[in-house]
Amino acid sequence: MTEKSRTVSLTKRGFNFDTFMWAFVRLSALAMYLCAFIGLGGALIMGARTQMNLADIMRWMFMPNPNHVLNTNIPDIAPWTTVFWKIMGSAIVLFATSHGLYGLLSVLEDYLTEPRLRRAMRILFVLLTAVMMAIGVYIMWTS
Amino acid sequence: MGLKRNVGLVTGLRYQGKGPMLTFVLHRIGGLGIVIFVATHILASFLGGPAGVFVNTIYQHWAFQIVVFFCALFHAINGLRIVILDLWPKLIEHQREAIWMEWGIFFPIYTIAVIVILRTALGG
Ligand code: HEM
Ligand code: HEM
Repeated sequence: MTEKSRTVSLTKRGFNFDTFMWAFVRLSALAMYLCAFIGLGGALIMGARTQMNLADIMRWMFMPNPNHVLNTNIPDIAPWTTVFWKIMGSAIVLFATSHGLYGLLSVLEDYLTEPRLRRAMRILFVLLTAVMMAIGVYIMWTS
Repeated sequence: MGLKRNVGLVTGLRYQGKGPMLTFVLHRIGGLGIVIFVATHILASFLGGPAGVFVNTIYQHWAFQIVVFFCALFHAINGLRIVILDLWPKLIEHQREAIWMEWGIFFPIYTIAVIVILRTALGG
């Protein structure tokens, strides 16, 4: 007696927007961990001489943008306005908006099942994500 | 064609999923909490003015920070557990142990953070 396979080959399984986003949510979660650890490293170097407090370290950790640590006791923010940190900040913005807004969409879709409403929500999700990403990245490179 | 559900909300609420169900609910609340926090936070610093100042005074309150930190820390730790179990499905067998481990990591960090938040807020 042969046992029925409980898995399906990847080609038969099919690949659509939601499968892609399932993987993306997990990979972006890992990527945000990486970003946060790089930010933490930066914050610890940044505050090593000034006893930077926990809250300020976390501010840099999650948003490595010079404007985000304005009212802290860092003597000189200039060395931290580099392209590297702009890229890190942009990466966090991109991952957090796509991950977070898709999360919001999937919570809504768990409770709202009307097909036309769902299509509207998906279009709104794509637009909102694009707009939030544009605003976020714009802030990163102009501040 | 809408989706057909065979379980109503009240029945759904009576589901006794225990530990894993609790992490699902907290993960969801945490994720939504962060989305709402980050969205209003960015809007506030974007708009500035009296409305922005008002929002910022709420954010700087210790009670608010304790809630947001709960959301963020739980979502991050539980999220890592989800990612690991999803990418290595064989480990699903150990889900309960993984969830206990999660709480073991969560509680010390959260307790220390709450103490720090309260000390800065109330003790100065
Ligand atoms: C409890 C934690 C946080 C505190 C206390 C905090 C505080 C602040 C403050 C005071 C500002 C205004 C800076 C200024 O213009 O003087 C700001 C701006 C901002 N924050 Fe936060 N923040 C926190 C968490 C976060 C998180 C988690 C994110 C994103 C994931 C974030 C994203 C931003 C952005 C994008 C701005 C605008 C920066 C700009 O205008 O250049 N913040 N935050
Ligand atoms: C290191 C940081 C993070 C990790 C490890 C993480 C991990 C995850 C994972 C694995 C999921 C999928 C849960 C599932 O499919 O059941 C998820 C969902 C979600 N995440 Fe995150 N996440 C992180 C940061 C964030 C941030 C910054 C936001 C908000 C901007 C966010 C908002 C959400 C939302 C709203 C959901 C949907 C919740 C649900 O479906 O119940 N997450 N997260």
